[in-house]
Amino acid sequence: MSGTTILGVAGSIIILLALFEMMRRHRLREKYALIWALVALAIITVAAFPALLINASQAIGLAVPANLLFFVASMVIMILTLQHSSELGRLEERTRTLAEEIALLQLEIDQLRGHDGLAGPADQHDELRE
Amino acid sequence: MSGRRVLIIVPAWNEQDAIVGTVNEIRECAPDADLLVIDDGSSDHTAARARAAGAIVCPLPFNLGVGGAMRTGYRYALRHGYDAAVQIDADGQHDPRYLAGLLEALDSADVVIGARFATRDDPYKVRGPRRWAMVMLARVLSRLAHTRLTDVTSGFRVSNRRAISVFATHYPAEYLGDTVESLVIAARAGCTITQVPVTMRARIAGRASHSPVKAAVYLCRAVVALVLALVRDWPAQVEETPVDTTAPEPTAPEPPVDREPRHEQEVGR
Repeated sequence: MSGTTILGVAGSIIILLALFEMMRRHRLREKYALIWALVALAIITVAAFPALLINASQAIGLAVPANLLFFVASMVIMILTLQHSSELGRLEERTRTLAEEIALLQLEIDQLRGHDGLAGPADQHDELRE
Repeated sequence: MSGRRVLIIVPAWNEQDAIVGTVNEIRECAPDADLLVIDDGSSDHTAARARAAGAIVCPLPFNLGVGGAMRTGYRYALRHGYDAAVQIDADGQHDPRYLAGLLEALDSADVVIGARFATRDDPYKVRGPRRWAMVMLARVLSRLAHTRLTDVTSGFRVSNRRAISVFATHYPAEYLGDTVESLVIAARAGCTITQVPVTMRARIAGRASHSPVKAAVYLCRAVVALVLALVRDWPAQVEETPVDTTAPEPTAPEPPVDREPRHEQEVGR
């Protein structure tokens, strides 16, 4: 076995073990685990059958097969990061909406309490924040 | 104030030194209007002082920026059925004595901006890249709104019911989005926009920065914000949103979580 094969196989086994352990501990959701599992399997395949990579780079006219590997790897990482950014933005928008709703509900509660004369609308929750 | 129910929304973030003066001045100039201070996650005594001064205070759990604070305010206005919503900054820049004039102009438009630079003798001077940015934004927005606008980054504005229902769902949180982009959204949703000349004062506490680098950054951000606002797919038409807060939920099945509308269409109800 060549060095690259060992590296590739070891790397993907580490990824797969980490995925399994994180899912077991509820630290990773399946929809994210799936894409990483596919990445790990792809690495194993290429490590086990280097001819795949060499033939593919020859087919598109690349002299050094490693270039194809690096290109594909960087594209995959970029797409994943981009997807995370968009997910993050969506979460921020939801957090914002929730914060606004909470504030309005808080105000509503304060006003109802104030009308019933149970407690003043003032400052009880101020020290609770932050 | 011509029998309109008016809500004055004051977004405030760490403005404990200015908020009392602003609240008192507004109450003096508009005794009939309700005053809502949105405390944007302040870490000082802004909320307590505004409350003590007699304003309704809506405390956001953390800082959302002017956009978040204002959307909260517009939601409150929508749910409580106000006829007009006024946005006034907490730092005392906006003189509430112009309020009557702004509200009057609301008879002929959906959004009225209290605008600087509308008259030649305006004491508020801006130079360099910041000025170019403001002029460019104003020109583009004027074309879009089919009227002459001189100051689209002004945070001093009045909206009627129609505009409130637009802003309650679509009010960007990004910097410059809260002024420029929200106007683009309003114009594209079919709201008419007009302006009334006002003079703005120097801030009571704190001051705006005037470094050339910051001004250049401002120009770039303005261009980006404007281009994004113009190419984004905002809703073409806004239907009348029910004012009643107890309106029944729609019977349509819940959409799958991953395919919900991007701009949280349902939340404004």
